[in-house]
Amino acid sequence: MVVIDTVHRVPAMAAIINLNHHPSYVHWHFFQMSVSNIVVIALMLVVFVAAILVPFPSRRTSKGAS
Amino acid sequence: MSRRERLANDERYREWKGAYRPYDLVKEASIALGVVLALVLLLTVVFSSPDEKPSTVQSWARTDPVDFVTTATTELDGSSDTGGYGPPYNHASDGQHLLFIYLQKWLGVSHPIDTAQDFVLAPLRSITGQPALQAAVTAYESASPDQQTKWTAAYENALAKANASANNTAVSVPAGAYGPLPTMMAGLLGFAQSGGLDGALLTSKQFYQTDYTKPLMLMADGGLLADRAQAEHLLGSQWGMMNETGSYPGQVWLWLYTFWYQIKPFSTSANADILVMAIMGVLSLALVLIPFIPGIRDIPRWVPVYRLIWREHYRSQGT
Amino acid sequence: MSASEEHSWTAAVRERAVAALPPEKLLSDRQPTYVASWIYVFGVLSLASLAVIIGSGTILALKGPGWWHFTGVGHFFNGTHLWAVELFFFFMIIHLWGKYWMAAWRGGRVGVWITGAVTFLVAIPCALTGYVSQQNFDAQWISTQAKDAMNAAGIGSFFNLLNFGQMYSYHVLLLPAAVVGIVIAHVLLVRKHGVVPPFTVPSTGDGADASTPAREEVSS
Repeated sequence: MVVIDTVHRVPAMAAIINLNHHPSYVHWHFFQMSVSNIVVIALMLVVFVAAILVPFPSRRTSKGAS
Repeated sequence: MSRRERLANDERYREWKGAYRPYDLVKEASIALGVVLALVLLLTVVFSSPDEKPSTVQSWARTDPVDFVTTATTELDGSSDTGGYGPPYNHASDGQHLLFIYLQKWLGVSHPIDTAQDFVLAPLRSITGQPALQAAVTAYESASPDQQTKWTAAYENALAKANASANNTAVSVPAGAYGPLPTMMAGLLGFAQSGGLDGALLTSKQFYQTDYTKPLMLMADGGLLADRAQAEHLLGSQWGMMNETGSYPGQVWLWLYTFWYQIKPFSTSANADILVMAIMGVLSLALVLIPFIPGIRDIPRWVPVYRLIWREHYRSQGT
Repeated sequence: MSASEEHSWTAAVRERAVAALPPEKLLSDRQPTYVASWIYVFGVLSLASLAVIIGSGTILALKGPGWWHFTGVGHFFNGTHLWAVELFFFFMIIHLWGKYWMAAWRGGRVGVWITGAVTFLVAIPCALTGYVSQQNFDAQWISTQAKDAMNAAGIGSFFNLLNFGQMYSYHVLLLPAAVVGIVIAHVLLVRKHGVVPPFTVPSTGDGADASTPAREEVSS
């Protein structure tokens, strides 16, 4: 039985939220993804849609062509 | 649309002849930099970054001596993954191929590894003060290849039923005809557990070294790295290419690359790597050349997401 | 006597550069009115992320590749480098999606699309060389696995993922220089050609880009 060595070397720089633990995974047939990655992908889709839909502040316009 | 019509149509987008508004490019870039810095600092303070200690040949030999000795024996008879790999390490096989194209062979054996010499015999020969060990190595080297094969095959079978001693410093197998192998492997195990093998594999070419090919290839032939990887969901069959150790987000941009490895025929093919690389090469080229691919280049017109993006513009134009 | 009687290379380069990118185009203080969507900020956010990657990478390079394992400050800057990379890919991919749906290669802007796509494709091996330069378990696993893809494609002989010194050189100098060079070309092409105008839409509003003469933008 192999012992898995995962001890951190860094003395002081502790994170507020510790992500150094066994992750949660989503399984569906052959699809398998970590919750962290799903969050990132979902965030990308949400941000993309929001970037297109959220109104952009209008500004004054100057007349005339280039 | 004919090519001429398409080009004429495209010309109308070359230059904007409509209205402009004032815009501060430098201010926008400065704000973007501030936003990104703030996000990076926040993410770093909240989550930090992963740093799992590397394995060493020493830690491997100490925690799983049976796996270490088994791997070392397969290195001796060339039946390990490295032993049968082919270029760039040796000529044991032709490597992966795509139809009749053997890219793996093209640049030859540029990082030669003789697994028996490099991983077992040369390190053992460097150990001093152990005449019985040196005698065992001499006995092995002077035996015929057939005899050597008989010993290694018998020893590998026995190692399947091996036990480690209570403090993991020795491996015991059922009695059998293994020749000098038990003595050699005991010597190699002791050398590895002392840390000597890590150093010997690294500095075999010169004093200053940055090339970890040999120690990494030896460790990868065993089960240690794969066991750690499986626990962290980093195996290829676990979509591991996208993943990071712990619960950190990984490399989501590799999703399509790792996807192919999960499905047949790639998941069961000995040529999976070259097949996937070829597919991803073609798709990457297609990404670069989208403006020239009929259909793909027309989807943005057919599916009018642009209507949302430019809705203010269209509203002001009265369309 | 005029210095350009015998036309110098320097003058020729300068004249071509200024003709392609006069200062008021290079650092323009106005933009077309149709540039009015949040999707347009993802290009500059990608650039900003790249700047933070290079800045944090420079700090890591100052103390060498082992520093971050043994000090809190080093680990902090490693964290900034990692998260800047995550943000870089995050913003760059959204930027790519936006530019695809705008068909931003129109009007002679094929070079802009190509340099952008190539930036993405070069950033991936740049990140890979970073991952294998970490000198930890992740680096061990990634290098021993990815080497099979490199070897199968015939480039493992030249590009040895298990050679830390080589990979660190690629990561700290060669590939970032390539990324930055291609990004500079990309940005200069955008400045030269301008941001792609919207599709012209006929007054019937059916959304089709008609091959018959459609309404032209009217100067307001």
